[in-house]
Amino acid sequence: MSKAKYILKRILLMLLTLFIITTICFMLIRLLPRELPTDKALAAIIAEREEAQGLNEPLLVQYFLYLKNLFLHFDLGTSWYIAPGTQVTRLLADRLLPTVLINVYSLLISAPLGILLGVCAAIFKNRAADHAVSAGIMLFVSVPSYIYAFLLQYVFYFKLGWFPQVMYSLSDAGSSWFSPRMLHSMVLPVLALSFGEIASLCRHTRAELGETLRSDYMLLARAKGLSPYGATVRHALKNAMVPILPLIVAGFVGVLEGSVIIEQIFSIPGVGQLYVNSVKLLDYDVFMADSIFYTFIGLSAQIVIDVCYGLIDPRIRIGER
Amino acid sequence: MSYPDIPRSKFERAPRPADGGDTIRHASIGYFADAMRRFTKNRAAITAAVLILAVVLFSLLTPLIIGDRTPASLDAYYAKKPPRLTRGGTREEFTERGMIATLAIGAGASAQDGTSVPFSEINEEYDPVRGEIKRDGNTFIARIDRYLEVGFVYMQISGEEMSNIREFERESGRTVLYPLVAQNEFSADASNANLWYKTDRRLNPVDEGGERIPYSEDMTLSENYMRSEDGTPVYAVSSGGEDEYRVRVLYYNHYIYKNGFAPRYVLGTDAQGYDLALRLAGGIRLSLGIAVCVSLINLLLGAAYGAISGYYGGGTDTLMQRLTEILSGVPFIVVATLFQIHLAKKVGPIPSLLFAFVLTGWIPTAGRVRAQFYRYKNQEYVLAARTLGASDARIILRHIFPNALGTLITSSVLIIPSVIFSESMLSFLGIVNLGGASATSLGALLSEAAGIWTSYPHLMLFPAAVISVLMVSFNLFGNGLRDALDPSARE
Repeated sequence: MSKAKYILKRILLMLLTLFIITTICFMLIRLLPRELPTDKALAAIIAEREEAQGLNEPLLVQYFLYLKNLFLHFDLGTSWYIAPGTQVTRLLADRLLPTVLINVYSLLISAPLGILLGVCAAIFKNRAADHAVSAGIMLFVSVPSYIYAFLLQYVFYFKLGWFPQVMYSLSDAGSSWFSPRMLHSMVLPVLALSFGEIASLCRHTRAELGETLRSDYMLLARAKGLSPYGATVRHALKNAMVPILPLIVAGFVGVLEGSVIIEQIFSIPGVGQLYVNSVKLLDYDVFMADSIFYTFIGLSAQIVIDVCYGLIDPRIRIGER
Repeated sequence: MSYPDIPRSKFERAPRPADGGDTIRHASIGYFADAMRRFTKNRAAITAAVLILAVVLFSLLTPLIIGDRTPASLDAYYAKKPPRLTRGGTREEFTERGMIATLAIGAGASAQDGTSVPFSEINEEYDPVRGEIKRDGNTFIARIDRYLEVGFVYMQISGEEMSNIREFERESGRTVLYPLVAQNEFSADASNANLWYKTDRRLNPVDEGGERIPYSEDMTLSENYMRSEDGTPVYAVSSGGEDEYRVRVLYYNHYIYKNGFAPRYVLGTDAQGYDLALRLAGGIRLSLGIAVCVSLINLLLGAAYGAISGYYGGGTDTLMQRLTEILSGVPFIVVATLFQIHLAKKVGPIPSLLFAFVLTGWIPTAGRVRAQFYRYKNQEYVLAARTLGASDARIILRHIFPNALGTLITSSVLIIPSVIFSESMLSFLGIVNLGGASATSLGALLSEAAGIWTSYPHLMLFPAAVISVLMVSFNLFGNGLRDALDPSARE
C-alpha cells in the first residue's frame, strides 16, 4: 500500500470514528433537560430561539438539522449563554489562539531543555548527574501541573512580585497577543505547562539514548576511532531521536487537551476555559462543539504520530502490516 | 588430535551421592518469590511503599485517634483557622491601638465579674498573644493565636440555654458568659463585643476622665461594663423576643460548651470550619477508594476483553478493536462531563465518576493483554495443551493468562495515580462535585481552597502535599513492581 493511500485510509477511518462519536455526543447532549433562566424576558427569548432552531422537534429531526447545518454551512450552532448569539465556530476560533500560543511557547522551552537533560542523564548513566536528573523526572512527571502552577504563583507573584498572578486580558495588554506586556503575563502559565513536558521528554530521551548507546554499532563507531562525542552525536543521538520527535508532536497536540486546568488557574481565555464555562452554564452548543474539537485533536494526534514514525524512520514502512 | 595415553589406574570414580544426585536441594524460587527479591532490593520502591502505607494509615487512624471532632454546627468563627502544629501562632504587625485591642481580649477573659486586670496578669490560657511583643516605633510585632483571637461574641439565647451554660460553667470551672458592655460616650463600636474597655471615638483606650492611656506592659484598661442600679455587672438583657436574651460570651469557652472539645485543630480547619485533618483523612479514603475500585474493575474488564480479542483473533478481534478505537477516541473529560450531567442526579456523583473512569479506562489494559495473547497463543506448549484436549477457557486462564500477570499488576498499580490526578482535576474544574458535609475528595479540598488559598495557605498546602506524595509514591512503587515482575522491560 502506498504512503498516500495509507494516510488517506487512516483519515477516512478517523472521520468515521469522529462521526460516530459526534452522533453519540449529540444524542446525549440533546437528551439533557433544558432549563429556562429565571429572568422572564430572557426566558422568553430563549424559548423563542429554541422553537426557531427546531429544538422542540423529535431528536432525529434535530440531528438531521444539525448535520445539514454542519455540512452545508459549517455551522455548529450559536452560543446561548457565554456570548449569546455568537456563532460557535467564531467563538472557538477566537479562543484557539491563546491556547495555541501558550502551548507553542511551552514547546519551545521544553523540547530543547528536555532533550538536553535527557542526553546528559543518558551519557552520565548511574552517576550523580543522572541520579539528580532521574529524581527530578520522577518528581515532575508525577506531581500534577496545577500544583506547580500554584507554587509558581506563590513564589513569583506573592513573594517576589515579578509576574502577574493571571494572564492579562487582551484589552489590558495593548490589544495584541504579542505585546511585551502580554508575553510577560504568559511566563507563569508557560512555565507551569513546561515542567511536566520537560520531564517526560527527558525521561524518554534518557531511555532511548541509553539503549542506543549500548548497541553494537556504537561499539563499531568507537572501534573505528570516532571520539565518544562524535559517536554519540552523529550515531546514537540521531537514532535515539526517532521515537522522540513523534513524541514532541504528540506532546504538543496532547497539551492542547491537557492545558484546561492551567487555563483555568491563570484565567487564559482559551478553548479549555470555554469548555469549563460551557459545562458550568450548560451552554450546550458550545459544549458540543468543544467536545468535537477535543475528539478531533485526540484522533488526529494518533494519525500524526503514526505517520511521523514512518517518515522519520525508514525501517518502518508505512501501511505495512 | 590425539590424547596422551593415560592409564586407566589414574582415573578415580567420583563418589555418587546416595540420592542419585538429581534432586533439587534448595527450595525452588518461584516467579513471585524472585520478583519479591528484586523488589526488596529497590530502595526507591520500598520507600514509596512505606510512604503509601503511611498515608493510608493516616487516613484510617486519624478518625480513631482524634475521634469524631466534627463541630455540632458549621462554625464561621472557627473556619479557615491555621494549623496548631506549633504553639507559636502566626506573626502579625499591629498599631498601638490594635495591639491593645488584641491584648484586651485576653485581659477581658481573665477578669471575673466586671473587674479589670492589668496586662501583666492575663491568664495564659486565654492570652491571644504568644511570647514577646516586639516594638519598633509605633509598630508592634507579635505572634497571635488565631483561635483565641476570636474573643467575645454577642449572641441571642433562650433562658433554657442560659441555665445550661450556667450549669456547664459550674461543672467545668470555665466562664462562658461575661458582662455586657455599656453603651455610652466611651463605647465607639456597639457591635464589637471585644471592646469592653473605655475608648474614644477612634477606639483608642481612655481612662475615666477621657484621657488617652498609652501602651505599657502592665497597663490596666478602664472597664466599661453595663451595670445595674446597685452596681453589679449585667450579664443578659431581654432582647425584645419572648424568652430571648442578649448575652456576651467568650467564644472559645462557648465552643467547648457546645461541642465538648476545645477548638484546637492540628492541621487547622477548612473553609467550612471542619477539622482539616479529618477532612483530609476522609479525602484520602475517598480518592484512594475510587482509584482502587477503578483499577480493579479495569483489570477485570480489560483482562477479559483483551483475552477474548487476542485469543480468537480474526473477525472477532477486528470488530472488538474497532469498538475500542471508537471508545478511546472520546476524550475522558467529555465522558466524565456527560456522565456527571446525565447520571449524577440519579445515582450520585461518585458512581457516575466511577462509570466515567471505567468506560474508557480498561482499554490500555485490554491492549496489553491482547498483545500477550498474540505472543503466546501460537507457541508449542499451547498447541500441546490443545492436543491434550484442554478447553479454550482452560488454555486462556491456565496457560496464557499467567504470562500477562506481571504487566497487568504493574499497569493496574500505575492506574491509581492517574485516577487520583484525573479526579482532582475534574473536582478542581468544578465538573465533578464530591465535596459535601459527610465526605470529600482530595480534589474537592483543593478546589475549595482555590480562591482563598493566598490568605489561608494551609488549605492548599496539606491536600497538595498529600496528592504529590501519593502521585510520586505510586509511580515509584509501580515502576519498582514493573522492574521486579517484568525484568526484561526495564529501562
